[in-house]
Amino acid sequence: MLTEIFIKPFADMVEAPDFLLQVLWEGLVSGILYALIALGFVLIYRSSRIFNFAQGIMVVFAALTLVGLHAMGVPAWVSVGLTLLVMFGLAVAIERVVLRPLVGQPDIILFMATIGVTLFLIGLGEIIFGGENKVMITEELGIPTGSILFEPWGGLLILEQKDITAVIVAALLVVALLLFLNKTRMGRAIRALGDDHQAALSVGISLQTIWVLVWFIAGIIALVTGIAWGARAGVSFALEVIAYKALPVLMLGGLESISGAIIGGLMIGMLEKLFEIYWGQPLLGGNTETWFAFVLALIVLLFRPQGLFGEKIIERV
Amino acid sequence: MFYRTAGQFKTSYESDQALFPVRQDAILLAVILVFAWVIFPLTASEFTFQTLLIPILIYALAAMGLNILTGYAGQLSLGTAAFMGVGAYACYKMVTLMPWLNPVVAILLSGVFSAGVGVAFGIPSLRIKGFYLAIATLAAQFFLVWLFEKWAWLYNYNASGAIQVPNLTMFGVYVAGPQADSWVQYYLVLAIVSVMTVLCINLTRGNLGRTWKATRDVDIAAELIGINLMKSKLTAFMVSSYVVGVAGALFVFMWRGAAEPNLFDIPLSFRILFIAIIGGLGSILGNYLGAILIVGLPVVLGTLPAALGIPISSSMVEHINVMMVGGLIVFFLIIEPHGLAQLWRLIREKLIIWPFPH
Repeated sequence: MLTEIFIKPFADMVEAPDFLLQVLWEGLVSGILYALIALGFVLIYRSSRIFNFAQGIMVVFAALTLVGLHAMGVPAWVSVGLTLLVMFGLAVAIERVVLRPLVGQPDIILFMATIGVTLFLIGLGEIIFGGENKVMITEELGIPTGSILFEPWGGLLILEQKDITAVIVAALLVVALLLFLNKTRMGRAIRALGDDHQAALSVGISLQTIWVLVWFIAGIIALVTGIAWGARAGVSFALEVIAYKALPVLMLGGLESISGAIIGGLMIGMLEKLFEIYWGQPLLGGNTETWFAFVLALIVLLFRPQGLFGEKIIERV
Repeated sequence: MFYRTAGQFKTSYESDQALFPVRQDAILLAVILVFAWVIFPLTASEFTFQTLLIPILIYALAAMGLNILTGYAGQLSLGTAAFMGVGAYACYKMVTLMPWLNPVVAILLSGVFSAGVGVAFGIPSLRIKGFYLAIATLAAQFFLVWLFEKWAWLYNYNASGAIQVPNLTMFGVYVAGPQADSWVQYYLVLAIVSVMTVLCINLTRGNLGRTWKATRDVDIAAELIGINLMKSKLTAFMVSSYVVGVAGALFVFMWRGAAEPNLFDIPLSFRILFIAIIGGLGSILGNYLGAILIVGLPVVLGTLPAALGIPISSSMVEHINVMMVGGLIVFFLIIEPHGLAQLWRLIREKLIIWPFPH
């Protein structure tokens, strides 16, 4: 039993390094997507202290809108633009209807409100687009769908081109986002709002504008995530559950840290794949991916309550 | 006018701290109890029992358990459904391993198991708080549901992977399983829920409850006046999980009749959290009001289109339902973030001075 836990998995890894690389690659790709969703959470949390549970359904909603528009005969890239418009409308609507009346309420109330928004969007999405699984318009968007083969150490490593595209696009998005937050006026306003609401308001930063902006950025991130994940697994409401995967990422990386979200996402993506393949399936009956990330984050937090990258909080009464 | 408190003098500390300082409250409760114990069971149809009365009571109990943890002790939990599952599976194992066990005893004992699991998953609360803790409780949610699925011993190696409630008798009457009558189950649920409610009210009014509230309000200050935070948080997890576990056992044994692991998935956790928050955090009454709203609303919405003669398919009704519930949650949070219980408190204050404005 002990050898099966501590020795055999590592022996397997050394024996078939190409398979190990394949597993790590798969983990990396899903890790990127977790990181993207976590990024949406972090942005909204930093600027408004709202724990936005609706991020997952926004991914689904964006992907469904894109596919639905294309099915109505709109050219692929035009429907991307229209989807962005829809996400902007959603951001404005959420700010107007939900957030503005709830300014200053306790965190948990705002959190519940975003769950309310989630349910609303699930119902609305099912009514408009129907619940069945749809195929993402990968080819129409010009995303290559072939795969590249490598043969390291006489083995075989398959990299799908759409996964590579997803990784590159995600990396570009993150760089663009960091530039936006650090170099532009608006980006600095977002960060100022995150540091101190009152002070930011007093130097003339508009809360409403920034909130709409932040939710719109979260919408853009949602669209990119939706396209990337939809290309792998199709577009359906089951996609919503990947939003839960972003939560342990947030725990590991800290709710306010952008770099934490990215590194945490990649770590969790790879570690959970490794655990599933080498420990979960042989020893525990598989499907451990549903909880592994949470338990890992829980154990890490027991020893480092501020998360891996969060700032150490010193509390005063 | 009806709620006039003039003339009800309090001349001792006991009467000041009594459960009902105002006589009209006691009368109102008596009326509600008469309805619950006599009038509803006599008039209700099978449909009403199964879709309204029994689920409202069970959901209210589960929300009460969560409310102790979140509303009184201030520890946000998103894993309620998993602890309900622990209660349900523990009860199932007990009645199948020991068929001679009295069903009520089995249900009450099953809470002990979920209390143990709850304390284990409550340990992180000593180091982390707020949303971090909420995500940590999700670990319980996902891990336990996975365990229900993979650990075949829990469901006695059934091919279906689900648990089926066997026929259980108490004093020669079927109380659970396919042969049990709805009204018998209703009385059993009502009795257990009533007793638990009285216990919860007194717990939250007593020493333990004050400790929890102090922990919730300012934990560092609570520590400074000599409250042991560890004890306070872990007892909150324990009591809360016990109540939730009993609710889970009732949920399966007195209402659903069978359960698959994914019944205890995250939507159920959220539904109970809605009930607790819409009803009002830190209120016992609120759990009932919230449960009436959340359980009753879909039933009303489901019958409405047919009553109005609008032809809509049933799946459409379901989608509209989900949408309406989401919208209403936002709506209620906006008009009264402290929940329905606060709304009732305001109404009651207005009634006391009515017809005068001040």
